[in-house]
Amino acid sequence: MNITGIIFDLKRFAVHDGPGIRTTVFFKGCPLNCWWCHNPESRKLKPERIAAGSHRHCANLAIPDDPAMVGKTVSADEIIAEIEKDLAFYDESGGGVTFSGGEPLLQPDFLTDLLRRCREREIHSAVDTSGHAPWAHFEQIYPYTDLFLFDLKLIDDRLHRRYTNVGNRLIHDNLRRLHELGAAIFIRIPLIPGISDTEENLAGIRTFLDGLPNIRQVNLLPYNPIGESKYQRFHKKNRLGRLSTQPPSRLEAIRDHFSTLPCAVKIGG
Amino acid sequence: MNERIRRLRQQSLDARPVLSPERALLITEFYRSGQAEQVAVPVARARAFQYLLEHKTIYIGEGELIVGERGPAPKATPSYPEICVHSLQDLEILNTREKISFAVDEATRRATEETLLPFWQGRAIRDRIFAALDEDWKAAYDAGIFTEFMEQRAPGHTVLDDKIYHLGMRDFQALIQAQINRLDFYNDPDALDQRDQLNAMHIAAGALIAFAERHAVEAERQAQAENDPTRRDELLEIARICRRVPASAPQTFREALQYYWFVHLGVITELNTWDSFNPGRLDQHLLPFYEKELQAGTLNKETARELLQAFWIKFNNQPAPPKVGVTAQESNTYTDFCLINLGGVKADGSDAVNELTYLLLDVIEEMRLLQPSSMVQISRKNPDRFVRRALKIIRSGFGQPSMFNSDAIIPEMLRQGKSIIDARNGGASGCVETGAFGKEAYILTGYFNLVKVLEITLHNGVDPRSGKTIGINSGDPEEWESFDDLFASFTRQLQHFIDIKIKGNRIIERLYARYLPAPFLSLLIDDCIARGKDYNDGGARYNSSYIQGVGLGTITDTLAALKQHVFERRTVSIAELKSILANDFAGAEDFQATLLHRTPKYGNDDDHADDLLRRVFEAYFAAIDGRPNTKGGHYRINLLPTTCHVYFGSVIGATADGRRAGEPLSEGISPVQGADRNGPTAVIKSAAKIDHLRTGGTLLNQKFTPRFLADDEGIQQLTHLVRSYFKMDGHHIQFNVVSAETLREAQKHPEKYGDLIVRVAGYSDYFVDLGGALQEEIIRRTEQEYC
Repeated sequence: MNITGIIFDLKRFAVHDGPGIRTTVFFKGCPLNCWWCHNPESRKLKPERIAAGSHRHCANLAIPDDPAMVGKTVSADEIIAEIEKDLAFYDESGGGVTFSGGEPLLQPDFLTDLLRRCREREIHSAVDTSGHAPWAHFEQIYPYTDLFLFDLKLIDDRLHRRYTNVGNRLIHDNLRRLHELGAAIFIRIPLIPGISDTEENLAGIRTFLDGLPNIRQVNLLPYNPIGESKYQRFHKKNRLGRLSTQPPSRLEAIRDHFSTLPCAVKIGG
Repeated sequence: MNERIRRLRQQSLDARPVLSPERALLITEFYRSGQAEQVAVPVARARAFQYLLEHKTIYIGEGELIVGERGPAPKATPSYPEICVHSLQDLEILNTREKISFAVDEATRRATEETLLPFWQGRAIRDRIFAALDEDWKAAYDAGIFTEFMEQRAPGHTVLDDKIYHLGMRDFQALIQAQINRLDFYNDPDALDQRDQLNAMHIAAGALIAFAERHAVEAERQAQAENDPTRRDELLEIARICRRVPASAPQTFREALQYYWFVHLGVITELNTWDSFNPGRLDQHLLPFYEKELQAGTLNKETARELLQAFWIKFNNQPAPPKVGVTAQESNTYTDFCLINLGGVKADGSDAVNELTYLLLDVIEEMRLLQPSSMVQISRKNPDRFVRRALKIIRSGFGQPSMFNSDAIIPEMLRQGKSIIDARNGGASGCVETGAFGKEAYILTGYFNLVKVLEITLHNGVDPRSGKTIGINSGDPEEWESFDDLFASFTRQLQHFIDIKIKGNRIIERLYARYLPAPFLSLLIDDCIARGKDYNDGGARYNSSYIQGVGLGTITDTLAALKQHVFERRTVSIAELKSILANDFAGAEDFQATLLHRTPKYGNDDDHADDLLRRVFEAYFAAIDGRPNTKGGHYRINLLPTTCHVYFGSVIGATADGRRAGEPLSEGISPVQGADRNGPTAVIKSAAKIDHLRTGGTLLNQKFTPRFLADDEGIQQLTHLVRSYFKMDGHHIQFNVVSAETLREAQKHPEKYGDLIVRVAGYSDYFVDLGGALQEEIIRRTEQEYC
């Protein structure tokens, strides 16, 4: 059976989505609605027509398509064929494939199938998740996933709800349970000026992580204003306004917050 | 860099290239004296060389440590009237053209008019070449099917090995004499010719010793007049060194450098050889001197650094000799393609990277000069640290050092029949050309315009630009039933033009062998002495002739478009397409957009395009590889353009890949500018689909934004990228680390960007020195970022 799913992009030579040189597959559809989302075109779980400008698709998958469409139904075979093209680079760099989004766990069977096929091919796989998905879905993919890139955005449930449209209870539970199972996890913290990079939030995340001693790495992701232009292009409302990225000194200070954790803390992906 | 080096470097940067008539007048004086007519041609050439070195101005600049200039002063550039005598109109062009100009003064103009033209017109090899070539050749040349390397410059394309570090010129003379003594005049019919050649080499070796002695005398003269005791001692040391080398083998690091430099001047004074000679594997050759002296305490790292920097500046003082006409268009740069090799493997196959390799990389980074060019040979045996160090220099954005794959270069040479030791001791020179250093003449004979041949195929032998029939009748395109019919016609047309080029090459090779032997260069290259044969006549151990294919990306995309739209989807007939192209897409902009954006393109790891790349490659290889040249060697292919992709594009109308008439072709084996949209791994995969090991060099350039390489993470990922390409047998890759924004600014305010250096093709150049079309071409190249 050749299962299908909906993706909105596939990028080769991704070097900030896990270790080494990777291919990142962007699943369409996301249960969150983060104010700072870089991929506002990714939220709906179906292909959609975008009025303005051309969206740059990667990969040959997209060539004959209508440039005004975002998202495409593709088969797992097609995705695997694209992933396999860069095997030599994964081998050389210790890289692999990253399933990102959107929220890849929103299409659990498609994701499981891809992960299983990667495992058969000995391709290192990472799942980049918001954490907001039924535990059963995590349980389903866990045996085939080499690495979780798990977002921790806001520790305060109320703020989390405000800025992402969902609470964080489920996310935290999922993270704890994955950790208990012994999964390899990188925590990714998006640093949104004035929202998630506050002392209070960072201290809260820090405390939360103290209870998770086997986290492999923490990645602090400096704010990247790249999303702003997309909001204009796709005629979506930018609730964030114009923000600028943190200066290096501030990033170092933030890193210091986490310096006593028993794992590597990196600035950037 | 210390004060001395800073000053010498600035002096070199500030010196404006001028045309110096000195060499031309001296050689004319010699040939007019009648001496040449008394002796065999090689001996006359050696005497002419001797005459030049005995009479040219000796220049020792203030504060210099390594001495000797080709002209009377830095960047005073000689001409070579025995090869190409400039007309007054040429001089006017050289003097006034916007880019790559040479100042020409009234005295030079007068000397040209009164002395050089009357004597050399008809005698210069350029005149002999054009008189000897047939009409087919000239028609193809005029149409821009190919260029001709030897019409203004002599064959060169070779690099030195380690022999001068063991043998003084007197030792060479002894070897030559021993060979003369071995000649068998009773049984060997070639013995007399060999004696002439060997005598010529003997004279040439002596001439270099005399040249050095003149520097010793000048140094002593300056020492006497010098008030500063430190400089006086330096000058006396220069005099001592100039008496030791090149007469005898060098004993110190500094003597080794000075010896090489005299040899370099000898080679580039004898003839204006292409791809200026260079010391090749400098980190290998100098290491024994460096280690010995460090241990003895007679040298430290800082003095070694200063000497290397002084040595570097000498290269930058020698612009490529002035070129005019098509030759200027195909290679429009002051760079003379000295490409110093670092790293790679030793003769025994082990890792050759050493302490001196890193010191030389420091020198490259700090000097930041156009010349000499530099490259790193990367073998799987070399440490990643070496690759990262090189990338950190590349990150600073001047396209040096370029990156080569030792593990491809060696098998390339083995396939051509070279011994494993000769292969391991070799490398790449010029732009990307593979060669056995010290043992091979690997001559580039001209660029070949693959896309123009396709255009002529689409017109059944007619050049649509001129309306002239210059090709064969390869079939009426309207009768083609399939893409295979088209490709078969293209292959026949390709074969036809390659045949014309090779016949022309044979004529030219024989003219050089007969009229312009190079006895000095010959004594340096094995086995010219042992064979008693000149470098230009097959004396080298290996003799390869290359025809450099240009426009691989453009022709692949054009074929992909023809295949898809004419033969598979049949959305357009061949006649309709030709009419759209003839109108340069006027009124067919939508179709042009389809061609540009919704048609398979090379560089995206898409076999719809890349399979055609393979077919073109195989057809080109089959038409050329293995055919004999007149020197006992064979024709080979390589794929590089210098600046010829701009010229070649200018003679071609619109093409089916969506390219408009006259625009540049793709560069090297790089994708069409902006056509690669799937990132660098896809480009690398596509480029690796041709068999690099059956070439003598390919050229892939990639452009990265400075942001990507800002941190060490970027350097690490790029290291992986390079290693991956090299695992796939990729021959060469280089990176431009500059943003389009910066280049646009430089176009607007050239005065502010005088020092902006970019990678062009197999070399780097000042951006503001590039022609407008070339500037645009570089800006249009895809900028790789990260996701």
